[in-house]
Amino acid sequence: MDFETFVFYSFGAILVASGLRVVTARNPVHAALALVLAFFTAAGLWILLEAEFLAITLVLVYVGAVMVLFLFVVMMLDLNLTKLREGFWSYLPVAVTVAALMGFEMTTVLYGRSFGSQGATEPAGYSNTKALGSLLYTQYLYPFEVAAVILLVAIVAAIALTMRHRKDTKYQNPAAQVSVKRQDRVRMVKMKATPRAETLESQE
Amino acid sequence: MMAFWQGILGIAWTPVWALVKIIAIIAPLMIGVAYLTYAERKVIGYMQVRIGPNRVGFKGLLQPIADGLKLLMKEIVVPSGASKGLFVVAPMLMIAPALAAWAVVPFSPRMVLANIDAGLLYILAMTSMGVYGVIIAGWASNSKYAFLGAMRSAAQIVSYEIAMGFALVGVLMAAHSLNLIDIVQAQRGGVFHWYWLPLAPLFVVYFISGVAETNRAPFDVAEGESEIVAGFHVEYSGMAFAVFFLAEYANMILVAMLASLLFLGGWEPLFPVAPFTWIPGFLWLLGKVAFMLLLFLWARATFPRYRYDQIMRLGWKVFIPVTLVWIVAVGLVLQTPYRYLVH
Repeated sequence: MDFETFVFYSFGAILVASGLRVVTARNPVHAALALVLAFFTAAGLWILLEAEFLAITLVLVYVGAVMVLFLFVVMMLDLNLTKLREGFWSYLPVAVTVAALMGFEMTTVLYGRSFGSQGATEPAGYSNTKALGSLLYTQYLYPFEVAAVILLVAIVAAIALTMRHRKDTKYQNPAAQVSVKRQDRVRMVKMKATPRAETLESQE
Repeated sequence: MMAFWQGILGIAWTPVWALVKIIAIIAPLMIGVAYLTYAERKVIGYMQVRIGPNRVGFKGLLQPIADGLKLLMKEIVVPSGASKGLFVVAPMLMIAPALAAWAVVPFSPRMVLANIDAGLLYILAMTSMGVYGVIIAGWASNSKYAFLGAMRSAAQIVSYEIAMGFALVGVLMAAHSLNLIDIVQAQRGGVFHWYWLPLAPLFVVYFISGVAETNRAPFDVAEGESEIVAGFHVEYSGMAFAVFFLAEYANMILVAMLASLLFLGGWEPLFPVAPFTWIPGFLWLLGKVAFMLLLFLWARATFPRYRYDQIMRLGWKVFIPVTLVWIVAVGLVLQTPYRYLVH
């Protein structure tokens, strides 16, 4: 067993173990953290496949942004664990069906050789990032742009659906605060000099 | 000499040599962190007409070592009801990415641990991992103050990461590369060829986002003493607490280093003529990093703390639009005959 195979199997073991933790962990925060570990290990496996751009993007997008927001929500919600577990038996048939379908799909992919990608390793100076970029912006330009527009519409829709204005909330207007001038806050008053020193002393 | 060791160690040579190089980066970095804390106290002291630490050693030079020893001696208290495993892991999760990012940082055209193609992306990915240390520390402490601090800090880091990433997109567009050595070499030819000039708005956005990302004043609401005591690390003591600070200062040095490499020409001299080229490139880089770090300390001594909603407004409503506009502008200029302006 050479070093690369050893790394592959140890990463694979960590990935499977953390994947199992995601579904078995009692505490949702622990489950989310296990998912983070799963993503990170998957990125490691991709680096082993010399797909460094995809691997780094996985870490940047999923680990660095998506999972942070996930953790945010999970930590803020006061989850009632017993209530969550109540429907376990009624949901079981559906869950088993979905799991069986996924298992079936994965075995067809792994054994069907339809995704056979026994590609030769690339030469030393090969830049994954550059190849991906030029392919995305030439051959797949229109699908890429369409996907971008759909994502943009989804963002706008998500904001439009969730944004509600309550009439009775009080909030600050930062634009007005920033543009405030000295004259708005300070009033200069011309006054005569203080009275004579003896009167001040006598008051004390 | 190298061949001799290679002969003795045989197959173990590669990992051992890599380890030696890692130590050669981490050890000076840790010393740098220790003396950055000293410099911070001295510089802010002088700015506020005080003397700063001057008791331990000559002019207080041993102060950071005394501080480190004191923290080492202290007990690490784990609060009751805390999630123990995560509580211990959090400081490690904070410092690991802060150190891992240094793997691709070049110190001269040849001195770099790993000269990878997607170096800039790697650094972005590593710095985006740092937020986990904060979130987990806040959550695992089982304390309201720590949790509030963690939430504030995480939201702040995630927001400013976007502006920071966009600022870096401008740099890679101008340099046509993600490799840090290539980016520095694209800026060859003196101070007017460095990217701070054509990419001035991005430089400013990058540096301020860097200050916000490292939770430094004036963006240190995560540890605002007057409101939430010390934020996410309020329950930490002893060395666990010190590790958070090591990570913060290592991140500061990293931001200063990247700002010097990406916008201030790295190891390139001020002007490529005789008296300037006599100074070795490494010293130029060191000088630029020291200058950027001074800006960090200066900002802390000068500005009052931002209010939380103002921080969010600055990140989302000012910095992101500015970077987006400048990226489009750079892209347009690159299509015209005036592309020498940015390249």
